[in-house]
Formats: sequence, structure tokens, C-alpha cells
Amino acid sequence: MTERHPLFLPAIFVGGLVFGAGLALSRMARPEVVLDFLQFDDLGLLLVMAGAAGVTGLTVVGATRLGGAAPLTGQSYGRRLKPFDRDVLTGGIVFGVGWGLSGICPGAAYASLGVGNLPILWAIGGMFVGAYLHGWLRDIARRARPTGARDPPDRATRGER
Amino acid sequence: MLDSLFPNGTLPYLLGGVMIGLGTAIIYIGTAIPAGASTFLESTLSYVSDRPRFARYHDSRGWRLVFSAGIVLGAAGYTLASGEWAWTTAVQPWRLAIGGALVGVGTRLGKGCTSGHGVCGLGSGSRTSLTNVATFVLVAVGTAQLVAALGVTP
Repeated sequence: MTERHPLFLPAIFVGGLVFGAGLALSRMARPEVVLDFLQFDDLGLLLVMAGAAGVTGLTVVGATRLGGAAPLTGQSYGRRLKPFDRDVLTGGIVFGVGWGLSGICPGAAYASLGVGNLPILWAIGGMFVGAYLHGWLRDIARRARPTGARDPPDRATRGER
Repeated sequence: MLDSLFPNGTLPYLLGGVMIGLGTAIIYIGTAIPAGASTFLESTLSYVSDRPRFARYHDSRGWRLVFSAGIVLGAAGYTLASGEWAWTTAVQPWRLAIGGALVGVGTRLGKGCTSGHGVCGLGSGSRTSLTNVATFVLVAVGTAQLVAALGVTP
């Protein structure tokens, strides 16, 4: 393991700043705007997703074509695709009920806190409870498996340190 | 036509979306990490819980905390500058809390959220992400319409 590049955390922070400012500008930090989209009163969310996924897509494709490795981690560029299984569908359904009920998702919730929207702490608290509940159930399921098969490691961490 | 689909204009949505993409692009170009927002929930729980499930996030929990702090401060900076700071939602707390808990379970079970699957996954042309996003958008539309039809506002 090598030492982490001194600019690793600053780059993450600056990326987060721009990401959060974009969430505020796009008004996705407001549950009302997301609920308006889900009720087809204002389709703005489609433009946000298209803009965000478009820029990200160009970046991923461009960096992968050029090849090489990221300067701050030494990790090579390339698509890191998550494997498909039934959990992707089940998780999507549970996420959809929650998103449709509350109008808020994790990134937008953090941004909403930055906007000074204190009631969003109900949602963030709920998300932590939900994530804990999932971890608890996952551990029980893992212990029940005879081989004690382990969850795969966090893929985003590979080669990072 | 455009006015009825986008009664609040299109430019803030487009520019905001491009900025969200630029944020992930900065991190991707620097680190090759496709940053998602929801793993932060589990990685941060690893600071206070010894549960085996969260232990695998020990290595990434530091930068995930920094990423989320950036999101909070970036949104704060933008709204302080635009004069929209201290906006508060009228959506009822029970909707936020219960909806939030379901989002917490769903994103962890489904391996991602609107940023991990929606922005990074769709941007990478991942079929897993497309399936997840199509599922949660359809279900969310149905849920929001049902809740509104039951007379819950907001």
C-alpha cells in the first residue's frame, strides 16, 4: 500500500462542492420539486439527470479512451459496472416507494441540509436507520449461509490507498 | 407546450445537472472513482457500529465524509450567494422520515441511488443501473401519485 496523494481529499472536496452547488441550483434539494416531477407537473428533473449523466458519460468515455491511470490514485480508468442480481430490482422498488413518499434522495438530502432546510434531518435520520436496518439484516443472512460467504469489498476503494 | 412541461423554466435544471456532472467528473478524472452519495450512509455508520457489514467501508469512509461535507457546503455556498438560503420544506416530517428510511434500505439493497446508478451508472451505460433507475422512477411516480390522490399535501 502506498501513501495517499496529498491532493486526493482536496479533489474529492472540490468535486463535492461543485456537486452540491449543482444540486442547489437545479432545485433538486427541494422535495417539492421532485414530487412535482413525479406528478408530471414539472419535468425539470429529466433535464437535471440528462445534464449530469451526459457530462459524466463524456468524462468516463473520454478518460477510458485516453487510457492511463488517475493521477491521484494510480487507479486505471474504465467503466466499473455493478453486477446485476435480484437485489437491484428489489432495492429499486423499495427506493422508489421511499423517494415517491418523501421526494428526497441521499445526495439531494445532504445538499438540502446545506440550504438550511433543517426539517430534512428527518429524512437523513431515516436514511441512516434504513441503512443500519439493511446492514443488520444482511449480517443475519450472511451468518445463516453455511459457507459464511462474505460480501464483496467496496469496489470504489480498490487501489486507492 | 414547453411552458406546461417546464413551468419553472429549463435553464436552472440544465445548468444544475451539468454542474452535478462536473462534480463527478472532477472526482473521476482525479481518482477514477465514480462517486455516489449513498454509500456514505453505511461508511459513516462504521464509525459507530462494529457490525461486519459496515467494516468493509473502513478504507473509504474518510473520503466519503469529505465528499458529503463538500455537497453540504457547496449547496450552502450557492444558496447564500443567490439569497435562497434557509429555504425550508413543507413536506410533512412523517413522509420525510418514513420515506428516508425506505430510501436507506433501498439504496443499500439496490447498490446505489440517484447519483451512483442515475448519474454515474447511466453515464457509464450500465444496464444494471438502467434497470434500477427505471424501476425506482416508475415505482416513485406511482407512489407520489397515490399519496397525492389520497389527499396528502404536501
